[in-house]
Amino acid sequence: MEILVCAKRVPDTSDNELVLNRAGNDIERDELVYSINEADNYAVEEALQIVARVGGKVTVVTVGGEDDEEILRREMAMGVSQGVLIADEACRASDGRGIATILKAFVRKDHYDVILTGVQAEDGAAQVGGMLAAMLDYPFASLVNSVEVLEGNKLKIIREIEGGNKEISEIDLPCVLSIQTGINEPRYVGMRGIRAVASAPISTYTTAELGLESGVVGAAAAKVKREDYFVPAFGKGAEMLESNRKENIEKLLELVIAKGGLK
Amino acid sequence: MESLQFAALVTSWLVPGRPLFVLIHILGVASFAYIVARRMVPLLRAERDPRFDQPLARLGKVLKYWLGQWKHPRYKVAGTLHILIFGGFLLLAARAFTVLIVGVAPNFVMPGLSGKAGLVYEFLTDYAATVVLLCMLFAIARRLLFKPARYAVPARYGKAHTGDAVFLLALIAILMVADSLFAAAKAATPGQPTELASSLSLPWILKTALASTPVPTLGRLYFSAYLGHEVVFYFLLCYRPFGIQFHVETSLFNIYFAKSDTGTVKPVRWGVNDEHLNEVKSFGVKRFEDFTWKHMLDFYSCADCGRCSDNCPACAVGRPLSPRFISIKARDYAFQHYPMFGHVGNGKPFIGGIYSADEIWSCTTCGACETECPLLVEYIDKIVDLRRGLVDDGNVPQSLQKPLQALESRGNPYGKMEKKRAEWANAREFQQLCGIKTLDSKTSAETLYFVDSITSYDDRLQSIGRATAKILNHIGEDFGILGSAERDSGHEVRRFGEETLFLALRGRNVEAIKRSGVKRIVTADPHAYNALKHDYQGIPPAEHISQLMARAVRSGKLKFKPLENTNNVYTYHDPCYLGRHNQIYDDPRSVLDAIPGIKRVEMSRSRDRSFCCGGGGLMLFYEAKEEQRMGVQRVRMAEEAGANVIVTACPFCMVNLEDAIKVAGLEEKMTAIDLAELAARQIMNEGQTSESAESVEAQQEVVVGR
Amino acid sequence: MARIFAYITHRNGVVDDSADELAAAASRIDATASLTALVTGCGPDLDNACAALRASYGEVWKIANPALAYPNAEVIRKALLGVLPAGSTVLMAHDHFGIDLAPGLSVKLNTSYVSDVSGIAGIDGADLKVVRQEFGGQVSTHVRCDISCGAVLTIRPGAFKGHGEVSLNGSVIDKSAGVGTLTTGRRYLQTIVAEAGTVDITKHNVLVSIGRGIQGKENVAIAQELADALGGAVSCSRPVVDAKWLEKSRQVGSSGKTVKPKVYLACGISGSFQHLAGIKGNPFIVAINKNPKAPIFHVANVGIVDDILEFLPELTSKVREMQGVAGK
Repeated sequence: MEILVCAKRVPDTSDNELVLNRAGNDIERDELVYSINEADNYAVEEALQIVARVGGKVTVVTVGGEDDEEILRREMAMGVSQGVLIADEACRASDGRGIATILKAFVRKDHYDVILTGVQAEDGAAQVGGMLAAMLDYPFASLVNSVEVLEGNKLKIIREIEGGNKEISEIDLPCVLSIQTGINEPRYVGMRGIRAVASAPISTYTTAELGLESGVVGAAAAKVKREDYFVPAFGKGAEMLESNRKENIEKLLELVIAKGGLK
Repeated sequence: MESLQFAALVTSWLVPGRPLFVLIHILGVASFAYIVARRMVPLLRAERDPRFDQPLARLGKVLKYWLGQWKHPRYKVAGTLHILIFGGFLLLAARAFTVLIVGVAPNFVMPGLSGKAGLVYEFLTDYAATVVLLCMLFAIARRLLFKPARYAVPARYGKAHTGDAVFLLALIAILMVADSLFAAAKAATPGQPTELASSLSLPWILKTALASTPVPTLGRLYFSAYLGHEVVFYFLLCYRPFGIQFHVETSLFNIYFAKSDTGTVKPVRWGVNDEHLNEVKSFGVKRFEDFTWKHMLDFYSCADCGRCSDNCPACAVGRPLSPRFISIKARDYAFQHYPMFGHVGNGKPFIGGIYSADEIWSCTTCGACETECPLLVEYIDKIVDLRRGLVDDGNVPQSLQKPLQALESRGNPYGKMEKKRAEWANAREFQQLCGIKTLDSKTSAETLYFVDSITSYDDRLQSIGRATAKILNHIGEDFGILGSAERDSGHEVRRFGEETLFLALRGRNVEAIKRSGVKRIVTADPHAYNALKHDYQGIPPAEHISQLMARAVRSGKLKFKPLENTNNVYTYHDPCYLGRHNQIYDDPRSVLDAIPGIKRVEMSRSRDRSFCCGGGGLMLFYEAKEEQRMGVQRVRMAEEAGANVIVTACPFCMVNLEDAIKVAGLEEKMTAIDLAELAARQIMNEGQTSESAESVEAQQEVVVGR
Repeated sequence: MARIFAYITHRNGVVDDSADELAAAASRIDATASLTALVTGCGPDLDNACAALRASYGEVWKIANPALAYPNAEVIRKALLGVLPAGSTVLMAHDHFGIDLAPGLSVKLNTSYVSDVSGIAGIDGADLKVVRQEFGGQVSTHVRCDISCGAVLTIRPGAFKGHGEVSLNGSVIDKSAGVGTLTTGRRYLQTIVAEAGTVDITKHNVLVSIGRGIQGKENVAIAQELADALGGAVSCSRPVVDAKWLEKSRQVGSSGKTVKPKVYLACGISGSFQHLAGIKGNPFIVAINKNPKAPIFHVANVGIVDDILEFLPELTSKVREMQGVAGK
């Protein structure tokens, strides 16, 4: 089985270290640490587990610039056979639709049975997978947290829906799936693993090499543009209780009782 | 004339059996040689392990731990028993040898044991055999009736070992009886030369019982006893390598080859230095053959005494780890895959086989097992090697992956920014009371205070940093910190098997330390201390703050004011990496005892029997499967000792113990405090009286301690 | 724009809460546009849903077909494409269904796409300016979207408050004939309902909800004691379930349960959107968190910056004291 995973390099912001830059139009990125988007990492692990069961190989592709190569190496250290970087100015300036267009052009160069993406990245857009599927005319399923390969060129998948319920479906190959975190336990890869693949070749392409004309992707073609970052003044927000713990507790209980929260 | 006749008679009783005896000798020795040779096969395929250095020091160990049975008395009953048995065996060795030879060379006498010396020897060994027999009987009764808890075999490890143990004990008892009967039958024969009467010894008792036995019967008894002795002797000799009794043969070698530089962890592969590690295909132990020959010898030498697991904190809280069974399972694996006949080895992977990943991750590397083992079996290196294998295969628990990635990208397991590492020192109010220099190209100092990650970033533990700085200031130390140039010491990173990441962290730290030009290093973190002292090379010597404080107390530089609350009862908890691993027990205690008015008690498990708080470094992130927390057991021990304040000298102990106090519901009854925090609080300045000291303390409350 | 479509989901004939929210969002985008609901399904349930929507939507386009009985986004997309004109503007809720349907729909309709819109800033020429959040709610962004060719927008649930008091008396138009054959490469098989745990958190009026800040399984008892004292139950956010400190049936959020308590204590919970999406009915939210910058403080009614491991036991003591039970 040929599996392609579309991955993105994102800032690691789990410790709430985000601040706006001085110009106020972006977050301060100087001291941020970047890594592969968490959901994409789960997708790669899932792909590796699938080919371990049924044979085949996994390719990881990312769209962006030179800096993004490092996530490809990390995933290759995990066991991915081939890393692919699509990089040029157009890649960096594209909107979600543009990224999907670029990926579609890449997919058309070869054949993949299954294309995986993570459910969403740091921007919470959750769009590229669904767009790519529609462009390729492949069936799509989002929020997948279980994949089973069936006879006859199809998969049994489980989607995570409201209430913690599981929606079970069958999907024909080739298809696109967006993978939810928690689907598996990704293997660990450290510096040693990455050094071992430090000189493994990575295929690179520009949008031109993929046959994409200059107006089709990139800044000019982007219909959706982020203008700035800001931290909203949240109007009321919470009434903060700021005295000592004992008094906070007393005041809190007053309020809770008033709202009917105590027997 | 008669006596000569009888002497010849005795000799003649064995003659008819001579061919048989010779045959048994040949078979016995050949079998033993074959068996031992087969047992050596896996060792020849094992990884190398250079243990042939420092012969004198090694011999010293043999004298202390093997001959001197140094560790045995830690368990009084079993220890006494074993010392008697061991002493008995040593003493009886020449006698047994003589008896064996006498069947084929009747006039054989051990060189040096002829005449008077021989008689004295005979006298002593009569008692030795008796004592050994009594010990065997007592040991059997102990196994069957008293059943000490540490011998029990939990269901998941298989059936009880009692049957095999009793079988062996019984055989040795029979050996003693056969030997004594052999001597008694001869002595009961009329006309035998008189000897020193070893009254009430077993041979004496038997001789007395045989007093009026007809000579032909004596002859048959003599023959049977001889045959019995020879058969049981060779049976035991050949049977021992199939079980825990193999330690009889291997113990001397196991102790001779014991690890000399404790404190550090073995390299990934002996003979491959750090620069060439990339060429090593596979890190760690994944199959049996990846162990070193010494580790395999350890497996053979385990006597199944259970002392290690009895003291193992992971075992005590129900984690799936029992050091004893790390050895026993590996030994059984070796026996099964390297049989006496037939196809050898199959290189099957361990994890998921005889060991589970959880079993291997459960170890806190506290060292209690190694401290307890009378045979000096090593455990930490094996656990680390197994972890290296797991890491190499990517098989790391999710809970550990995040801190490891954070260590790689940020140099600390919390993922916090490097530039915030020294924020604890730069708090404005603190800077006014006690400035801390950050060492860089413009600022230098004599001493480096190596803070390490948890003290730098954890809100609660930053007070230990400030207290340490205050103390260093007070005793006049010219010191500074590395600030954002400091990285995690990597102590647990190495012990959790991530050698590559450890080397990277160490490299950065060594560079920063060398650049700073300091002459010595001090830290308040025993894990950092252990790393700097044992894992790092080419840096100035390191000490723990308790050592400096103890010295300052002795020299009068550090004086304490009396405690305000004299109702508190203090107890000191020995951190594993300060106490057991580095033998620093007395310095922290002398600092405590220098505080006027302090009431201090010892917990029953203290010093090298201290009970691990739960572990430090990466262990704080690991979600163990356990029935209780180690910290909770430890604070209950403090409660039992009658203490309501636990003093410790390690930030990780502090985290675990404070947490445990909450979980155990002891918040009203117990507090924990760090030695440096307590000391800093009680410092009496020059020319200060108790009263004026209190008002200064009130000002400093906000910054130092809680 | 002349017309804004809103795709409305329904279950057993009951229309989803998002219907009103989407109507509100649409009026913020263009108060003059006519609002058309799109509803798919079959049978009496579909008819009931359509009838209910007449109050807030000028037109309700009913698309009935047996293949649409179960809301399979792949099938529904095909159906909608038979019915929607090119360049349409379509809104739907940003939920499990919307994430599945919307991106592909925007490609097939050849429109722009913006997901998880939490605010409308206005129209500027051919561009619609919206507000979105990124990085788990830590920052917001202004996004400019070219709507000259139409747009598909998914709207953050709860971001727009429905008007409620509207009665438009809209008409239901049957568009079922427009759909072609509805076979797709993804076929629904069945749904497995999440295991009911011993405690049904959806039935409690007071919830003590814990997040990553509880730090470990053994500390869950601290929350349980408070819940017991308050007569409520313990619930949690996703990380607690992922770490296996509580079972899945306790999870509040878009992939967990939806709860409607009177009082919700968010203890050590950062306040991610996915978690908040599970809290309905506008309860009194108390947030206790060590991090003063946690997004939860933006949505809570009362906030306290403190360590829950220390705060909760003291709170429990005080509650017990007040109830006349000897505190611990």
